[in-house]
Amino acid sequence: MWIKSGLLPLLVSYLVALVLMVMPMPAFLEAWRPDWLSLVIIYWVMALPHRVGMGTVLILGLVADILMGSVFGIYATALLIMAYPAIRHFQRIRNYSFTQQALIVAVLVLVKRVLVYELEHVLNDAMFHGSYLYPVISSAIAWPWVYLILRKYRRHYLVR
Amino acid sequence: MKSLFDRGPSLLTRLVLALTCAATVMFLDHRLNTMQPVRSFLSTLVAPVQYLAVLPEEVLDRLVYLSTTRTTLREENKALKQELQELQMAVQRLNFLENENDRLRQLLDSEVRETSRRMAAEVVAVATDPFSHQVVINKGSANGVYEGQPVLDNRGIVGQILSVGRGTARVLLISDQSHAISLRAERNDIRVLARGTGDLQRLELLFIPHSSELEVGDKLMSSGLGGVFPEGYPVAEIIEFDRDERLQYARVVAQPFAQLDRIRTVLLLWPSSATEQPVYDDKEGADNVD
Repeated sequence: MWIKSGLLPLLVSYLVALVLMVMPMPAFLEAWRPDWLSLVIIYWVMALPHRVGMGTVLILGLVADILMGSVFGIYATALLIMAYPAIRHFQRIRNYSFTQQALIVAVLVLVKRVLVYELEHVLNDAMFHGSYLYPVISSAIAWPWVYLILRKYRRHYLVR
Repeated sequence: MKSLFDRGPSLLTRLVLALTCAATVMFLDHRLNTMQPVRSFLSTLVAPVQYLAVLPEEVLDRLVYLSTTRTTLREENKALKQELQELQMAVQRLNFLENENDRLRQLLDSEVRETSRRMAAEVVAVATDPFSHQVVINKGSANGVYEGQPVLDNRGIVGQILSVGRGTARVLLISDQSHAISLRAERNDIRVLARGTGDLQRLELLFIPHSSELEVGDKLMSSGLGGVFPEGYPVAEIIEFDRDERLQYARVVAQPFAQLDRIRTVLLLWPSSATEQPVYDDKEGADNVD
Protein backbone atom coordinates (compact mmCIF):
# COMPACT_ATOMS: atom_id res chain seq x y z
CA MET A 1 0.00 0.00 0.00
CA TRP A 2 1.56 3.31 -1.01
CA ILE A 3 -0.59 5.37 1.36
CA LYS A 4 1.02 5.40 4.78
CA SER A 5 -1.28 5.20 7.77
CA GLY A 6 -2.51 8.56 8.98
CA LEU A 7 -2.17 10.40 5.70
CA LEU A 8 -5.78 11.50 5.78
CA PRO A 9 -5.66 13.00 9.31
CA LEU A 10 -2.50 14.88 8.29
CA LEU A 11 -4.19 16.33 5.21
CA VAL A 12 -7.26 17.25 7.24
CA SER A 13 -5.12 19.18 9.71
CA TYR A 14 -3.47 21.11 6.85
CA LEU A 15 -6.88 21.85 5.38
CA VAL A 16 -8.19 23.16 8.70
CA ALA A 17 -5.14 25.42 9.04
CA LEU A 18 -5.63 26.80 5.53
CA VAL A 19 -9.34 27.39 6.14
CA LEU A 20 -8.60 29.21 9.38
CA MET A 21 -6.06 31.32 7.51
CA VAL A 22 -8.62 32.74 5.07
CA MET A 23 -11.74 32.66 7.23
CA PRO A 24 -13.47 36.05 7.41
CA MET A 25 -13.27 37.48 10.92
CA PRO A 26 -14.55 40.61 12.68
CA ALA A 27 -12.35 43.58 11.85
CA PHE A 28 -11.01 44.12 15.35
CA LEU A 29 -9.85 40.50 15.63
CA GLU A 30 -8.42 40.43 12.13
CA ALA A 31 -5.03 41.86 13.09
CA TRP A 32 -4.67 39.33 15.93
CA ARG A 33 -5.44 36.21 13.92
CA PRO A 34 -2.80 33.64 14.95
CA ASP A 35 -0.62 32.32 12.18
CA TRP A 36 -2.41 28.95 12.10
CA LEU A 37 -0.55 27.50 9.15
CA SER A 38 2.84 28.20 10.74
CA LEU A 39 1.71 26.69 14.03
CA VAL A 40 0.46 23.51 12.41
CA ILE A 41 3.61 23.19 10.30
CA ILE A 42 5.86 23.73 13.32
CA TYR A 43 3.95 21.07 15.23
CA TRP A 44 4.15 18.45 12.51
CA VAL A 45 7.81 18.97 11.61
CA MET A 46 8.60 18.67 15.29
CA ALA A 47 6.41 15.63 15.91
CA LEU A 48 7.09 13.75 12.66
CA PRO A 49 10.32 15.13 11.20
CA HIS A 50 10.87 11.92 9.21
CA ARG A 51 7.56 12.41 7.46
CA VAL A 52 6.67 16.07 7.24
CA GLY A 53 9.66 17.71 5.67
CA MET A 54 10.74 20.37 3.26
CA GLY A 55 8.60 18.99 0.42
CA THR A 56 5.38 19.24 2.41
CA VAL A 57 6.25 22.74 3.60
CA LEU A 58 7.02 23.81 0.03
CA ILE A 59 3.66 22.58 -1.25
CA LEU A 60 1.74 24.12 1.66
CA GLY A 61 3.60 27.38 1.09
CA LEU A 62 2.59 27.46 -2.57
CA VAL A 63 -1.05 26.73 -1.66
CA ALA A 64 -0.88 29.58 0.88
CA ASP A 65 0.46 31.81 -1.90
CA ILE A 66 -2.56 31.06 -4.04
CA LEU A 67 -4.98 31.59 -1.17
CA MET A 68 -3.40 34.87 -0.15
CA GLY A 69 -2.99 36.05 -3.72
CA SER A 70 0.66 36.92 -3.23
CA VAL A 71 3.42 36.35 -5.77
CA PHE A 72 4.11 32.61 -6.05
CA GLY A 73 6.86 31.50 -3.72
CA ILE A 74 6.76 34.24 -1.10
CA TYR A 75 4.99 32.19 1.56
CA ALA A 76 6.80 29.07 0.42
CA THR A 77 10.21 30.67 0.96
CA ALA A 78 9.27 32.15 4.32
CA LEU A 79 7.75 28.93 5.60
CA LEU A 80 10.73 26.86 4.42
CA ILE A 81 13.21 29.08 6.20
CA MET A 82 10.99 29.06 9.28
CA ALA A 83 10.66 25.27 9.27
CA TYR A 84 14.39 24.59 8.92
CA PRO A 85 15.45 25.36 12.53
CA ALA A 86 12.36 23.55 13.80
CA ILE A 87 13.35 20.34 11.97
CA ARG A 88 17.01 20.80 12.74
CA HIS A 89 16.40 21.03 16.49
CA PHE A 90 13.20 19.04 16.86
CA GLN A 91 14.57 16.81 19.61
CA ARG A 92 15.60 19.77 21.71
CA ILE A 93 12.38 21.76 21.21
CA ARG A 94 10.22 18.73 22.03
CA ASN A 95 11.65 18.58 25.53
CA TYR A 96 11.18 22.25 26.36
CA SER A 97 8.42 23.49 28.62
CA PHE A 98 5.38 25.18 27.13
CA THR A 99 6.70 28.65 27.96
CA GLN A 100 10.00 27.98 26.24
CA GLN A 101 8.25 26.39 23.27
CA ALA A 102 5.92 29.35 22.98
CA LEU A 103 8.91 31.70 22.95
CA ILE A 104 10.58 29.68 20.21
CA VAL A 105 7.33 29.62 18.23
CA ALA A 106 7.11 33.40 18.61
CA VAL A 107 10.63 33.78 17.23
CA LEU A 108 9.89 31.42 14.32
CA VAL A 109 6.63 33.21 13.45
CA LEU A 110 8.46 36.54 13.69
CA VAL A 111 11.11 35.28 11.27
CA LYS A 112 8.43 34.06 8.88
CA ARG A 113 6.50 37.32 8.94
CA VAL A 114 9.58 39.50 8.59
CA LEU A 115 10.63 37.39 5.60
CA VAL A 116 7.19 37.72 3.98
CA TYR A 117 7.33 41.46 4.54
CA GLU A 118 10.85 41.77 3.15
CA LEU A 119 9.95 39.81 0.02
CA GLU A 120 6.75 41.82 -0.47
CA HIS A 121 8.79 44.98 0.03
CA VAL A 122 11.37 44.01 -2.55
CA LEU A 123 8.83 42.73 -5.09
CA ASN A 124 5.83 45.01 -4.57
CA ASP A 125 7.11 48.02 -2.57
CA ALA A 126 5.02 47.07 0.44
CA MET A 127 5.17 49.40 3.42
CA PHE A 128 5.56 48.15 6.96
CA HIS A 129 2.67 48.22 9.40
CA GLY A 130 3.15 47.56 13.11
CA SER A 131 -0.03 45.51 13.22
CA TYR A 132 1.56 42.91 10.95
CA LEU A 133 3.53 41.61 13.92
CA TYR A 134 0.60 41.26 16.37
CA PRO A 135 0.09 37.62 15.29
CA VAL A 136 3.56 36.85 16.68
CA ILE A 137 2.10 37.39 20.15
CA SER A 138 -1.23 35.69 19.48
CA SER A 139 0.52 32.71 17.89
CA ALA A 140 2.72 32.28 20.97
CA ILE A 141 -0.40 32.40 23.16
CA ALA A 142 -2.22 29.91 20.94
CA TRP A 143 0.73 27.50 20.74
CA PRO A 144 0.14 25.41 23.94
CA TRP A 145 -3.46 24.77 22.90
CA VAL A 146 -2.52 23.94 19.33
CA TYR A 147 0.16 21.62 20.67
CA LEU A 148 -2.17 19.81 23.07
CA ILE A 149 -4.98 19.49 20.53
CA LEU A 150 -2.71 18.24 17.77
CA ARG A 151 -0.98 15.81 20.11
CA LYS A 152 -4.29 14.34 21.12
CA TYR A 153 -5.33 14.26 17.46
CA ARG A 154 -2.08 12.57 16.44
CA ARG A 155 -2.37 9.89 19.14
CA HIS A 156 -6.02 9.27 18.44
CA TYR A 157 -5.54 8.74 14.72
CA LEU A 158 -2.16 7.00 15.14
CA VAL A 159 -0.30 9.31 12.81
CA ARG A 160 3.30 8.19 12.92
CA MET B 1 9.28 2.03 11.41
CA LYS B 2 11.43 5.08 11.84
CA SER B 3 15.08 4.52 11.12
CA LEU B 4 17.70 5.78 13.52
CA PHE B 5 19.86 7.30 10.83
CA ASP B 6 18.79 9.68 8.14
CA ARG B 7 18.85 8.43 4.62
CA GLY B 8 18.78 10.42 1.44
CA PRO B 9 20.09 13.95 1.06
CA SER B 10 20.83 15.95 4.17
CA LEU B 11 18.38 18.42 5.61
CA LEU B 12 20.32 21.41 4.37
CA THR B 13 20.44 20.02 0.83
CA ARG B 14 16.69 19.50 0.92
CA LEU B 15 16.16 23.04 2.20
CA VAL B 16 18.31 24.46 -0.57
CA LEU B 17 16.48 22.37 -3.18
CA ALA B 18 13.07 23.49 -1.94
CA LEU B 19 14.20 27.11 -1.74
CA THR B 20 15.46 26.89 -5.32
CA CYS B 21 12.03 25.66 -6.40
CA ALA B 22 10.34 28.51 -4.54
CA ALA B 23 12.74 31.09 -5.97
CA THR B 24 12.18 29.74 -9.50
CA VAL B 25 8.40 30.07 -9.32
CA MET B 26 8.79 33.49 -7.73
CA PHE B 27 10.98 34.57 -10.64
CA LEU B 28 8.61 33.05 -13.22
CA ASP B 29 5.61 34.71 -11.60
CA HIS B 30 6.97 38.14 -10.83
CA ARG B 31 9.57 38.82 -13.53
CA LEU B 32 8.18 36.89 -16.47
CA ASN B 33 4.47 36.91 -15.58
CA THR B 34 4.11 33.41 -16.95
CA MET B 35 2.18 31.91 -14.08
CA GLN B 36 -1.23 33.46 -14.76
CA PRO B 37 -2.81 30.36 -16.38
CA VAL B 38 -1.37 28.15 -13.63
CA ARG B 39 -2.67 30.56 -11.03
CA SER B 40 -6.20 30.62 -12.35
CA PHE B 41 -6.21 26.82 -12.64
CA LEU B 42 -4.95 26.42 -9.09
CA SER B 43 -7.40 29.00 -7.73
CA THR B 44 -10.19 26.88 -9.12
CA LEU B 45 -8.60 23.92 -7.38
CA VAL B 46 -8.38 25.58 -3.96
CA ALA B 47 -11.84 27.14 -4.19
CA PRO B 48 -13.30 24.47 -1.83
CA VAL B 49 -11.04 25.79 0.95
CA GLN B 50 -12.58 29.20 0.48
CA TYR B 51 -16.10 27.82 0.50
CA LEU B 52 -15.30 25.90 3.69
CA ALA B 53 -14.04 29.12 5.24
CA VAL B 54 -17.40 30.88 4.94
CA LEU B 55 -19.42 27.82 5.90
CA PRO B 56 -19.56 28.54 9.66
CA GLU B 57 -20.68 32.08 8.99
CA GLU B 58 -23.39 30.91 6.63
CA VAL B 59 -24.63 28.31 9.10
CA LEU B 60 -24.75 30.97 11.80
CA ASP B 61 -26.63 33.35 9.52
CA ARG B 62 -29.07 30.60 8.73
CA LEU B 63 -29.63 29.88 12.43
CA VAL B 64 -30.16 33.56 13.17
CA TYR B 65 -32.63 33.70 10.30
CA LEU B 66 -34.49 30.64 11.54
CA SER B 67 -34.76 32.06 15.03
CA THR B 68 -36.17 35.43 13.99
CA THR B 69 -39.72 35.83 15.15
CA ARG B 70 -42.72 36.66 13.07
CA THR B 71 -43.08 40.11 14.61
CA THR B 72 -39.53 41.16 13.75
CA LEU B 73 -39.97 39.86 10.24
CA ARG B 74 -43.19 41.80 9.89
CA GLU B 75 -41.55 44.97 11.15
CA GLU B 76 -38.58 44.47 8.85
CA ASN B 77 -40.93 43.91 5.94
CA LYS B 78 -42.73 47.14 6.71
CA ALA B 79 -39.50 49.13 6.94
CA LEU B 80 -38.20 47.61 3.71
CA LYS B 81 -41.42 48.42 1.87
CA GLN B 82 -41.19 52.00 3.01
CA GLU B 83 -37.56 52.18 1.92
CA LEU B 84 -38.47 50.69 -1.46
CA GLN B 85 -41.17 53.26 -1.96
CA GLU B 86 -38.78 56.10 -1.19
CA LEU B 87 -36.16 54.68 -3.53
CA GLN B 88 -38.73 54.24 -6.31
CA MET B 89 -39.72 57.86 -5.96
CA ALA B 90 -36.08 58.89 -6.14
CA VAL B 91 -35.61 56.72 -9.24
CA GLN B 92 -38.53 58.37 -11.00
CA ARG B 93 -36.85 61.71 -10.63
CA LEU B 94 -33.53 60.18 -11.63
CA ASN B 95 -34.96 58.71 -14.84
CA PHE B 96 -36.33 62.09 -15.78
CA LEU B 97 -32.99 63.78 -15.10
CA GLU B 98 -31.11 61.09 -16.99
CA ASN B 99 -33.26 61.57 -20.07
CA GLU B 100 -32.86 65.29 -19.84
CA ASN B 101 -29.11 64.92 -19.45
CA ASP B 102 -28.94 62.67 -22.50
CA ARG B 103 -30.87 65.21 -24.58
CA LEU B 104 -28.68 68.06 -23.40
CA ARG B 105 -25.58 66.08 -24.17
CA GLN B 106 -26.90 65.35 -27.63
CA LEU B 107 -27.46 69.07 -28.12
CA LEU B 108 -23.88 69.70 -27.10
CA ASP B 109 -22.72 66.95 -29.47
CA SER B 110 -20.97 65.10 -26.68
CA GLU B 111 -21.24 61.37 -26.16
CA VAL B 112 -24.36 60.09 -24.49
CA ARG B 113 -23.56 58.11 -21.35
CA GLU B 114 -24.14 54.46 -21.91
CA THR B 115 -25.69 51.95 -19.63
CA SER B 116 -23.77 49.26 -17.82
CA ARG B 117 -24.82 45.83 -16.66
CA ARG B 118 -24.30 44.53 -13.17
CA MET B 119 -24.38 41.41 -11.06
CA ALA B 120 -24.28 40.81 -7.32
CA ALA B 121 -21.59 38.57 -5.84
CA GLU B 122 -20.80 37.29 -2.36
CA VAL B 123 -17.43 37.56 -0.67
CA VAL B 124 -16.20 34.07 0.18
CA ALA B 125 -12.72 34.69 1.57
CA VAL B 126 -10.34 37.43 2.58
CA ALA B 127 -6.57 37.74 2.39
CA THR B 128 -5.45 39.30 5.62
CA ASP B 129 -1.97 40.68 5.06
CA PRO B 130 -1.67 44.43 5.40
CA PHE B 131 0.26 44.35 2.12
CA SER B 132 -2.29 42.48 0.12
CA HIS B 133 -5.84 43.66 0.53
CA GLN B 134 -7.83 41.20 -1.51
CA VAL B 135 -11.10 39.39 -1.22
CA VAL B 136 -12.39 36.41 -3.16
CA ILE B 137 -15.91 36.47 -4.59
CA ASN B 138 -18.12 33.61 -5.72
CA LYS B 139 -18.41 34.61 -9.38
CA GLY B 140 -15.80 33.72 -11.97
CA SER B 141 -15.13 33.37 -15.67
CA ALA B 142 -18.24 31.17 -15.91
CA ASN B 143 -20.27 34.29 -15.13
CA GLY B 144 -18.37 36.51 -17.54
CA VAL B 145 -16.14 38.15 -14.94
CA TYR B 146 -12.97 39.56 -16.48
CA GLU B 147 -9.67 40.97 -15.27
CA GLY B 148 -9.75 44.67 -14.49
CA GLN B 149 -13.50 44.74 -13.97
CA PRO B 150 -14.77 47.40 -11.54
CA VAL B 151 -16.33 46.18 -8.28
CA LEU B 152 -18.69 48.30 -6.14
CA ASP B 153 -20.74 48.00 -3.00
CA ASN B 154 -23.84 49.98 -2.10
CA ARG B 155 -21.79 52.99 -0.95
CA GLY B 156 -18.96 53.26 -3.42
CA ILE B 157 -16.15 51.67 -5.35
CA VAL B 158 -14.53 48.67 -3.68
CA GLY B 159 -11.82 47.67 -6.11
CA GLN B 160 -11.11 45.81 -9.32
CA ILE B 161 -10.82 42.19 -10.39
CA LEU B 162 -7.25 40.97 -10.17
CA SER B 163 -7.48 37.39 -11.36
CA VAL B 164 -10.28 35.10 -12.41
CA GLY B 165 -10.83 31.41 -11.73
CA ARG B 166 -13.76 29.42 -13.05
CA GLY B 167 -16.16 29.92 -10.18
CA THR B 168 -14.28 32.49 -8.13
CA ALA B 169 -12.46 35.74 -8.75
CA ARG B 170 -10.06 37.82 -6.70
CA VAL B 171 -10.76 41.48 -6.03
CA LEU B 172 -7.94 43.93 -5.35
CA LEU B 173 -9.31 46.54 -2.91
CA ILE B 174 -8.66 50.24 -3.41
CA SER B 175 -6.89 50.24 -0.05
CA ASP B 176 -4.18 47.82 -1.26
CA GLN B 177 -0.71 49.32 -1.28
CA SER B 178 -0.22 48.54 -4.94
CA HIS B 179 -3.51 50.11 -6.02
CA ALA B 180 -4.09 53.68 -7.14
CA ILE B 181 -7.24 55.23 -8.57
CA SER B 182 -7.85 58.49 -10.37
CA LEU B 183 -10.47 60.65 -8.65
CA ARG B 184 -12.18 63.98 -9.06
CA ALA B 185 -13.42 66.24 -6.25
CA GLU B 186 -17.19 66.63 -6.47
CA ARG B 187 -17.12 70.29 -5.39
CA ASN B 188 -14.51 71.76 -7.71
CA ASP B 189 -13.47 69.04 -10.19
CA ILE B 190 -9.87 68.92 -9.01
CA ARG B 191 -8.29 65.69 -10.25
CA VAL B 192 -6.34 63.66 -7.71
CA LEU B 193 -4.65 60.29 -7.52
CA ALA B 194 -5.52 58.16 -4.49
CA ARG B 195 -3.21 55.36 -3.47
CA GLY B 196 -4.01 52.61 -0.97
CA THR B 197 -1.99 52.61 2.24
CA GLY B 198 -2.54 49.09 3.52
CA ASP B 199 -5.04 50.49 6.03
CA LEU B 200 -8.66 49.74 5.14
CA GLN B 201 -9.83 53.15 6.31
CA ARG B 202 -7.23 55.34 4.63
CA LEU B 203 -6.30 56.33 1.11
CA GLU B 204 -3.44 58.68 0.47
CA LEU B 205 -3.79 61.45 -2.11
CA LEU B 206 -0.60 61.93 -4.07
CA PHE B 207 1.07 65.07 -5.39
CA ILE B 208 -1.29 67.63 -3.85
CA PRO B 209 0.28 71.11 -3.81
CA HIS B 210 0.11 73.07 -0.55
CA SER B 211 -2.04 75.68 -2.23
CA SER B 212 -4.72 73.19 -3.33
CA GLU B 213 -8.33 74.19 -2.91
CA LEU B 214 -9.28 70.80 -1.51
CA GLU B 215 -10.67 70.78 2.01
CA VAL B 216 -11.50 68.30 4.71
CA GLY B 217 -14.95 66.88 3.94
CA ASP B 218 -14.63 67.06 0.15
CA LYS B 219 -16.21 64.10 -1.60
CA LEU B 220 -14.12 62.36 -4.24
CA MET B 221 -15.72 60.57 -7.20
CA SER B 222 -14.11 58.31 -9.76
CA SER B 223 -12.92 60.35 -12.72
CA GLY B 224 -13.22 57.68 -15.40
CA LEU B 225 -9.63 58.30 -16.45
CA GLY B 226 -7.51 55.22 -16.79
CA GLY B 227 -10.34 53.24 -18.32
CA VAL B 228 -10.93 50.80 -15.48
CA PHE B 229 -13.51 52.53 -13.33
CA PRO B 230 -16.55 54.23 -14.85
CA GLU B 231 -17.00 57.91 -14.16
CA GLY B 232 -18.95 59.42 -11.30
CA TYR B 233 -19.12 56.75 -8.63
CA PRO B 234 -18.38 57.86 -5.06
CA VAL B 235 -15.07 56.63 -3.70
CA ALA B 236 -13.83 58.53 -0.65
CA GLU B 237 -14.03 61.59 1.52
CA ILE B 238 -11.08 63.72 2.63
CA ILE B 239 -10.59 63.40 6.39
CA GLU B 240 -7.14 64.92 6.91
CA PHE B 241 -5.34 67.75 5.18
CA ASP B 242 -1.88 68.54 6.48
CA ARG B 243 -0.23 71.54 4.83
CA ASP B 244 3.19 70.90 6.29
CA GLU B 245 5.52 73.20 4.36
CA ARG B 246 8.53 71.07 5.17
CA LEU B 247 7.19 68.32 2.96
CA GLN B 248 7.26 68.56 -0.79
CA TYR B 249 3.52 67.99 -1.12
CA ALA B 250 0.61 68.37 1.25
CA ARG B 251 -0.27 65.19 3.12
CA VAL B 252 -3.91 64.40 2.40
CA VAL B 253 -5.78 61.35 3.67
CA ALA B 254 -9.18 60.20 2.45
CA GLN B 255 -11.52 57.60 3.88
CA PRO B 256 -13.26 55.22 1.44
CA PHE B 257 -17.06 55.23 1.44
CA ALA B 258 -17.21 51.51 0.82
CA GLN B 259 -17.07 49.52 4.03
CA LEU B 260 -13.98 47.59 3.11
CA ASP B 261 -13.65 45.94 6.50
CA ARG B 262 -17.06 44.29 6.43
CA ILE B 263 -17.96 43.75 2.79
CA ARG B 264 -20.25 40.79 2.29
CA THR B 265 -22.04 41.52 -0.97
CA VAL B 266 -20.47 43.38 -3.86
CA LEU B 267 -21.70 44.49 -7.25
CA LEU B 268 -19.83 43.64 -10.44
CA LEU B 269 -20.16 46.17 -13.22
CA TRP B 270 -19.93 45.55 -16.96
CA PRO B 271 -19.44 48.93 -18.64
CA SER B 272 -20.91 49.13 -22.13
CA SER B 273 -17.39 49.13 -23.56
CA ALA B 274 -16.58 45.72 -22.06
CA THR B 275 -16.17 42.87 -24.51
CA GLU B 276 -17.30 40.27 -21.95
CA GLN B 277 -20.97 39.85 -21.20
CA PRO B 278 -22.43 38.80 -17.85
CA VAL B 279 -23.81 35.28 -17.66
CA TYR B 280 -26.54 35.08 -15.05
CA ASP B 281 -27.21 31.90 -13.10
CA ASP B 282 -30.97 32.28 -13.49
CA LYS B 283 -33.52 34.78 -14.67
CA GLU B 284 -32.68 37.30 -11.93
CA GLY B 285 -30.50 39.33 -14.26
CA ALA B 286 -33.18 40.31 -16.72
CA ASP B 287 -33.56 43.81 -15.33
CA ASN B 288 -30.08 44.36 -13.94
CA VAL B 289 -29.32 47.24 -16.25
CA ASP B 290 -28.89 50.88 -15.42
